[in-house]
Amino acid sequence: MKKYYFDHVATNPLHPDVLEAMMPYFKEEFGNPLSIYEYGSKAKNAIEEAREKVAALINSKPAEIIFTANGAEANNFALRGIALAKQNEGKHIIVSRMEHHSILNSARFLEKSGFVVTYLPVDKKGFVSPDAVRKAITKETVLISVTHGSSEVGTIEPLKEIVKVAKEKKIIVHTDAVATTGNIPVDVKDLGVDLLSIAAHQFYGPKGAGALYVKQGMRIVPLIYGGIQESGRRAGTENVPAIVGMGKAAEMAKAELQMRMDYLKPLRDRIINTLTEEKNVFLTGDRENRLPGHVSFCVEFIEGEAMLLLLAAKGIFSASGSACSSKALKASPVLLAMGVPAGLAQGSIVFSLGMGNTSEDIDYLLKEFPAVISRLREISPFAQGWGDKDGGESCTVKK
Amino acid sequence: MKFVENVKPDVTTDIVYMMCPMHLLKLEEQMKELDQGQILEIMTDYDGALEDIPAWCEKTGNEFLGMEETDDFFKFYIKKTAR
Repeated sequence: MKKYYFDHVATNPLHPDVLEAMMPYFKEEFGNPLSIYEYGSKAKNAIEEAREKVAALINSKPAEIIFTANGAEANNFALRGIALAKQNEGKHIIVSRMEHHSILNSARFLEKSGFVVTYLPVDKKGFVSPDAVRKAITKETVLISVTHGSSEVGTIEPLKEIVKVAKEKKIIVHTDAVATTGNIPVDVKDLGVDLLSIAAHQFYGPKGAGALYVKQGMRIVPLIYGGIQESGRRAGTENVPAIVGMGKAAEMAKAELQMRMDYLKPLRDRIINTLTEEKNVFLTGDRENRLPGHVSFCVEFIEGEAMLLLLAAKGIFSASGSACSSKALKASPVLLAMGVPAGLAQGSIVFSLGMGNTSEDIDYLLKEFPAVISRLREISPFAQGWGDKDGGESCTVKK
Repeated sequence: MKFVENVKPDVTTDIVYMMCPMHLLKLEEQMKELDQGQILEIMTDYDGALEDIPAWCEKTGNEFLGMEETDDFFKFYIKKTAR
């Protein structure tokens, strides 16, 4: 059976050219970058070349890129590293309710360590309001972290406006740009952020490589202690093949960014336009300020998990809620924060498209998905409603 | 240890929170850039630097002017005297 992969926010397949660039560093170029002989210097040069390419993708200086193992490490590093470095100036941190677990759980760790954390509310479309940021700031605030784009509902946040508010008070701003970097233009100078997290596998690079942009001159306490890798800020022998792959993927993403966006948006819009015509199907997140290949819905009276199973039986692979919480049998905190009623939030489903998807793939999805909904409605004990009839009120697109 | 106040450095290097031995690598790198007689300031929180930096100065023939302590980190002042 043909397989239809619509879960690119979970991960992307590795681009063949990226794999090719990585291969020598699995084989003959196996040196440790810290070694002073030829094997070492070749590996070291390869890392520095990758650093230049990643820097070019986000318009930073190469020295401002610290390689990490993944986006979650970059997020942990940013929150804990800045909180600890600035704790003598204040112990208040602001994060939004749109954040990934790697931000939220880092914030909770800091709370246990004596920091005070404000969790910013969001509106129905998942937007963080710059005004809410302004109101949350206290004299103790040392860091604000707001995601650039949500992998769960696709909404792209008004980050520039949020940074503007933060900078009036000279507060450091971090953004989790894992879902956006390589998918839409990300420019650290234009955004004005001080720290920004990236993951390679979100733009056809390998797993095992991420990066944290740290603006020049910023102090950050390391997360991993040891040697002088990454200028003494992130110890441990580097994952050279993955870093090389990240560099190659970044170079390709920079060159192809517009083409990729132009390819994905029409496919995305076709799904949105067609499926919102279905009864009791609501788009989550914003329609316009949205990741190019991202479609997310809440389907009333049906469980997301059930949809995933039936779709998988048809060869369609997608996600429910955030990619990693589909196994945690509870409603997504992001959807709840957006005011989606708990019952409706159970019926969340995310289709995220990539360059491997074709128009024919979309035809197949648009044929099969309504059938899956109908089938599940037939057997749903809630098909007549939840009783309180609160579904849909808080969603963005209502028929 | 020699303590100093109000030294006016020509170049400042901030390596607070960076791991050992960045204090020696940066010191060497920065000193190469300096002209004879210029003063380098190194900020670090690494207490190993208390021994290492004066020892490095002695070994390389540069003048260790002294240090200043703040709440969070140390400031070391080194005058380039070696050629």
